[in-house]
Amino acid sequence: MTLLAVVISGFLLAIGAPLVARVLGRALPGVPSLAGWVLAALPAAIAVWLVMQVSSVGHGETISVVYPWVPGLGIDLAFMLDGLSLLFALLISGIGALIFIYAGGYMAGHPHQGRLYAFLLFFMGSMLGVVLASNVLTLFVFWELTSISSYLLIGFDHRRAAARAAALQALLVTGLGGLAMLAGLLLMGQVAGTYSISEMLASPEVFRSHALYVPIVILVVLGCFTKSAQFPFHFWLPGAMEAPTPISAYLHSSTMVKAGIYLLARMTPLLGGTELWQWLLTGAGAVTMVVGAVLAMRESYLKRLLAYSTVSALGIITMGLGIGTTGAIEGAIAFLLAHAFYKGSLFMVAGAIDHETGEKNVDKLSGLRASMPLLAIVALLAGASLAGLVPFAGFVAKEMVLEGTLHASELGPAAPALLTGALLLAAALLFVVAGLVTVKPFFGGARPTPKKAHEPPVSLLLGPLVLAGLGVVIVFVPGVLADPLIGPAASVVVGEALHTHFALWHGVTLALGLSAAALLAGLGLYVARGKWFGLMSRFAWVDRVSPSAVYAGTLRFVGELAVSQTRLLQNGKLRDYLITILLTTILIVGYPLVAMVGAPSFERLAPLHWFDVAIAGLILLSSIAAVTSGSRLMAIIALGLAGLGVTMFYVIYAAPDLALTQISIEALSVVLFVLVFRRLPDFRSLSTARSKVRDALIACAGGAMMGALVLMATSFASDKSVSRELAERSYPEGHGRNVVNVILVDFRALDTMGEITVLALAALGVYSLLKMRRRPEVGAEAAGLEVGRGAGVGPAVGSGEVSA
Amino acid sequence: MNSIILQTATRFLMPLILVFSVVMMLQGHNKPGGGFVGGLLAAAAFALHALAFNPAETRASIRFDLRSIIATGLLCALSAGVLSLAQGMPLFTGLWMDVAVPGVGHVHLGTPMLFDLGVYLVVLGITLLMVISLVED
Repeated sequence: MTLLAVVISGFLLAIGAPLVARVLGRALPGVPSLAGWVLAALPAAIAVWLVMQVSSVGHGETISVVYPWVPGLGIDLAFMLDGLSLLFALLISGIGALIFIYAGGYMAGHPHQGRLYAFLLFFMGSMLGVVLASNVLTLFVFWELTSISSYLLIGFDHRRAAARAAALQALLVTGLGGLAMLAGLLLMGQVAGTYSISEMLASPEVFRSHALYVPIVILVVLGCFTKSAQFPFHFWLPGAMEAPTPISAYLHSSTMVKAGIYLLARMTPLLGGTELWQWLLTGAGAVTMVVGAVLAMRESYLKRLLAYSTVSALGIITMGLGIGTTGAIEGAIAFLLAHAFYKGSLFMVAGAIDHETGEKNVDKLSGLRASMPLLAIVALLAGASLAGLVPFAGFVAKEMVLEGTLHASELGPAAPALLTGALLLAAALLFVVAGLVTVKPFFGGARPTPKKAHEPPVSLLLGPLVLAGLGVVIVFVPGVLADPLIGPAASVVVGEALHTHFALWHGVTLALGLSAAALLAGLGLYVARGKWFGLMSRFAWVDRVSPSAVYAGTLRFVGELAVSQTRLLQNGKLRDYLITILLTTILIVGYPLVAMVGAPSFERLAPLHWFDVAIAGLILLSSIAAVTSGSRLMAIIALGLAGLGVTMFYVIYAAPDLALTQISIEALSVVLFVLVFRRLPDFRSLSTARSKVRDALIACAGGAMMGALVLMATSFASDKSVSRELAERSYPEGHGRNVVNVILVDFRALDTMGEITVLALAALGVYSLLKMRRRPEVGAEAAGLEVGRGAGVGPAVGSGEVSA
Repeated sequence: MNSIILQTATRFLMPLILVFSVVMMLQGHNKPGGGFVGGLLAAAAFALHALAFNPAETRASIRFDLRSIIATGLLCALSAGVLSLAQGMPLFTGLWMDVAVPGVGHVHLGTPMLFDLGVYLVVLGITLLMVISLVED
């Protein structure tokens, strides 16, 4: 029960968050960051509850709840808390609490502060849902919700085109992966016969030996890679830096981008352990790790530097999971924890610098330690962890991953050397990033900034300070947070109970020596950066062939395709639309009619009366008059007369409801037509003889098709059981003697509901077209179209066919 | 248009048509009629008014925004369907009850009637929205 509350509470509070922000803003305008402090209570409470579960979950216990959702399809709303989900949920809620406090200070006075809180809470709930779900379809729903909330958050500043484009890019890339993942998860469900992850875990071997194993792995991994920004899908993450900093710090460093990592870890016991899995993850991870670190060297904006270093870190974690040895997996999880601390902290530091100085370009920042000494200390603490210095969490985690790559011989004889080399290169480059982000802005001579630099307020300092501090605490007191979290999480991935120790000192090992060499190389690169940074600009051609260029090209192509086909199909000529619609109908109805049924029979027709002939003659004559008349008014009156003729048939053959509806429709149609015609230019016959012949042929074919259809329908002895049953049930069950009406408002009420909704939408469409003052001619033409449709839709509710 | 004959006739006809449209809607369950025809008739009454006088006056005499009438209709129809959910029955299950009205006797009321009222309002709203928008300017 508590578990459900943990997931749902974020969504519920999201609804009320704007109100909370507004009320607090009005009540205490002197404390603009107050709402952040107040709303942080929910994530904090969730984090406290999770901490209370640490010891029992650490002993291998699992809390799980299942609520039937769509039982017929085997979909449950199922959640479980084990070591892996506990680690992630704790990061989400704990960092979430700090982010809310930070956002309160960062967005103080922003008119849409409440909206930001609502989106953040919406995101937090979705994210908790992802990591706690124990049914793959539940997981997918929350997975998509994180994509949607991230779209809203990246595009928070929706008036800027760049923010909108970045939001769309992130949504399309992660959404595409999400769809692939859905296919993969459905296949998994088919193979396992269940959608429950815990039930799948009971017999994990079914997947690896199944014929669908390869497609499953590729589809699921695609979803994870897009979400966790693995190469070649990494490009959306730097783009997402358009979002306000609290969002970057929360989504794009410590939580959402880890969702893919989470799922890879979750799926390892089910899908892992094969060559395909190992190569995919190790390969993509290693490439991402290097590409991210190298691309970071081209950036000079604080947040984009951090974003690329995040891409690199995500690569390191994926690679660790891919190697798959116990040590590598422990290393990956430890790195994930350390990274969440220092990167969340660094993003908040970057935001604080931007907030207090108005400058985000590293090249223009220098000597800030004098004006903001506290922030400088926080930055250095976190930066040291990013650089991998002793004695910070980043160092310990990096050592653990290094041990993993050094023992990756399972992947081939060259793998340990290759992977270790790549990791050391990335480590050296990340050292440079750390220097650029945390040393460069604070040391050296002070430079003027757009805003007078001063120490940020408590709300902006608390988050980065706590996270940077944790990066030290877990090293010296590993028994408090590191060991109880990393071990149980890694146990879930590996499948056996582990007691990982997050130890600072492993003795004098090869890893230690290599790590020291990488640090020295990084130091050298940082000091000599003036000499080689210029070289990076020579590689500008990379941008033209990069995945983001492919993305942009695809998007442009789809747009152009849409424009060209719209020009072709939606050319704005009503007669073309009519021709298309009629010809299509004639073809798809007429062809099977002739090919499969044969010629219509006239045998079962009722005997003809003189009044039938008379009415038919009237309809025919008025139709001819409508077509040949030289005035629009005449044509409309003639058309109305034809409609009245049809009504007479309804009256004679005892269909009073149809007759009533038809006659009202005819009357209103004439009124509407007359009103539309007022707006048209004078009537002139502009059609060529050829187009007249063409139109006549199409019209006759349409009429012949309808006639044949009616004859065909009557030539079969119809099954009366349905109508009889409806008539019998009408009074006892529907409490009405008018069967037609009982069907409409009771038996088939859902259909009617759909129809009136369509009608309402169509009317709103007509209304907005008519109100388009700037281009009145467009409005009139479209109105003519809609009137025709209005008369056509109406009878679907009330009666049979109307020839409008 | 400024025809005194039409205007005078409209003054007498409009209330009659409106009352008739309501009768049509209410009797629809047992005799020919229903919310759809009722709504069309009511719209015709107002359309007559708009043609005989002017659309601004018609809008004023209706008092409510036509779009709100459409929305209210959809809400009526939807709530008629949702009410049964609250009773634990499938969506759009008809619920009926007898209400004793002094002087009239027992009146049989049910959610399908609420639904029909929704259809009436939607049809009235959309038809008038189109007619009046076309008559204006």
